Amino acid sequence: MMASIKLEGLEKTYPGGVQAVKGVDLEVADGEFVVLVGPSGCGKSTLLRMVAGLETISAGALYIGKRRVNELEPAQRDIAMVFQNYALYPHMTVFDNLAYGLKNRGFKRDEIRRRVEEAARMLEIEAFLPRKPRQLSGGQRQRVAMGRALVREPAVFLFDEPLSNLDAKLRVQMRVEIKRLQRRLKTTSLYVTHDQLEAMTLGDRLVVLNGGRIEQVGTPMEIYARPASLFVATFIGSPAMNLLPLGALLSGPGAASHGALLGDLPPGTGILGIRPDALRLEAPHGPHLTLSATLELFEAAGAESHLHVRLAGSGQPLVIRTAGQPAVAEGQRLHFHITRDALHPFHRETGRRLDDTLKTKEQAA
Amino acid sequence: MVEHRPLSQLAAHLILIAGVALVLFPVYIAIVASTQAPGEFLRGTLPLVPGGHALENYRAMWESGLSRAGAPPVGQMLFNSLVMALAITVGKLVISLLSAFAIVYFRFPFRLFFFWLIFVTLMLPVEVRIIPTFQVVADLGMLNSFAGLSIPLIASATATFLFRQFFMTVPEELLEAARVDGAGPLRFFKDILLPLSVTNIAALFVILFIYGWNQYLWPLLITTDSDYYTVVMGIQRMTTAADGDPQWHLVMAAVVMAALPPVLVILFMQRLFVKGLTETEK
Repeated sequence: MMASIKLEGLEKTYPGGVQAVKGVDLEVADGEFVVLVGPSGCGKSTLLRMVAGLETISAGALYIGKRRVNELEPAQRDIAMVFQNYALYPHMTVFDNLAYGLKNRGFKRDEIRRRVEEAARMLEIEAFLPRKPRQLSGGQRQRVAMGRALVREPAVFLFDEPLSNLDAKLRVQMRVEIKRLQRRLKTTSLYVTHDQLEAMTLGDRLVVLNGGRIEQVGTPMEIYARPASLFVATFIGSPAMNLLPLGALLSGPGAASHGALLGDLPPGTGILGIRPDALRLEAPHGPHLTLSATLELFEAAGAESHLHVRLAGSGQPLVIRTAGQPAVAEGQRLHFHITRDALHPFHRETGRRLDDTLKTKEQAA
Repeated sequence: MVEHRPLSQLAAHLILIAGVALVLFPVYIAIVASTQAPGEFLRGTLPLVPGGHALENYRAMWESGLSRAGAPPVGQMLFNSLVMALAITVGKLVISLLSAFAIVYFRFPFRLFFFWLIFVTLMLPVEVRIIPTFQVVADLGMLNSFAGLSIPLIASATATFLFRQFFMTVPEELLEAARVDGAGPLRFFKDILLPLSVTNIAALFVILFIYGWNQYLWPLLITTDSDYYTVVMGIQRMTTAADGDPQWHLVMAAVVMAALPPVLVILFMQRLFVKGLTETEK
């Protein structure tokens, strides 16, 4: 049994008058893995908890499958949730933790045993079934928390920052496992995280939230390649996208040669976004911009390096990502090259992305 | 850190031994006194070595009591005390667990008001409200009954407050996880909150049992029928024999027997404490 989720103008206003979620419309298809991502306080967790039924819905409608579930208790919504701190019952064994939800639903003992053992096998926690949660490591507890969601075979999985209590290495490992598991079970999933890398790698689609509203919805690559606003541009991608005021390019050294290339930017453009990896040390073929800058700081990160530079003239700071370890020295004057299609134009006041005619033409071709 | 120098260890032990001796000496006196022959106390000196009459003294008190002083057999009084102490303890635990559960997990009108109302009763121990309480119990016809002995002492602000504090430390996600798992409020209480409170319940059980066992003024006030005498007040009756000197050797035998049940409760419950202490998790 699987189901889609539909959010229609969902709003959450707390008794104090604080509006945490300000009208969210979203459709999650059957079997889709959608990640809600945003900075802390953007309403992503509130939104997830509204879907779970742990927070009441102030306005709007919520559908899971064909049912409107606004007023239903969490247990009646056919969902399962994985909590950030796992929320395992400390006095129960792992087996009982997994079985509790099934027991409450009146499953037969054989069926409970079968399902728990199956989930335990899938998550490789069979050996821990007789243990108590406190005897497990963080990663093992995480698996148990997943197992508790799994045994229920729900229509929807909800994940509330499930990996944020794990160390970096384990996080990557569990991330891969969650994705693999979801691929296999094809259960509709909503996943909340503040980690953009987690969001990019896990989601079929991302929902970027800011201030209780949706900034952009799209596949990870769509969002990376065409961020809809300055907020999304700086939030997704690491190191963050560089933002340059147009003025900084139209003045200073080489301004004259820039003019030709920048002339066809959409009207109203005030800020240009440039991904750190779009700035190249070698000149590409075809038309491009060349910027000169002073290297302030060099960070070697193994397979790649980050160059922190300041533009000559305007003194704007930029971060550049290059593969390997270029032979450069701090304090050195460097030249960087950008092709025209690597520029993301944003409106000078609204911060929205301006329709980049050049690019759409290229894509159409 | 702790150093293990012989001299400081010796000093530490001496101080501890002195402390223990100070506490245990009266107990020792009571035990020794309970083994003496009837005439031993009339000489005016307190014997410090056990006498040879332990069995007959204890048997006399257990079976017949001090009927001249109006005290029933100790066995009977111990039973009364046990019933009263258990009723008070269990009643207090049940009521305070439920009221703390209500106060922490439910939103209802005047929640805070009720919490403070309970809290304020902390300032009103039995002794303060003893006359009106007696009036109420008398009007309800509960004099000389186990109900009269225990019910007025059952409401407990202390235990409610302690459970409230404990419940507030239970992560809210546990409640949410239980809701997602399909557990209603009562099932959450029974399956999750109660098992988590076991250590607290054990600790309070000991404290409240001793509180109930040691009740003196209240039983003295509302029991006139010796069938309902409790042991703590019964001992007092024995010492105020109308004619002649108190039979100290028999009184002390009763005292020793009266002191045993609380000791047993502590010894038994200690296991739960230690278990709770070594298995805590946060």
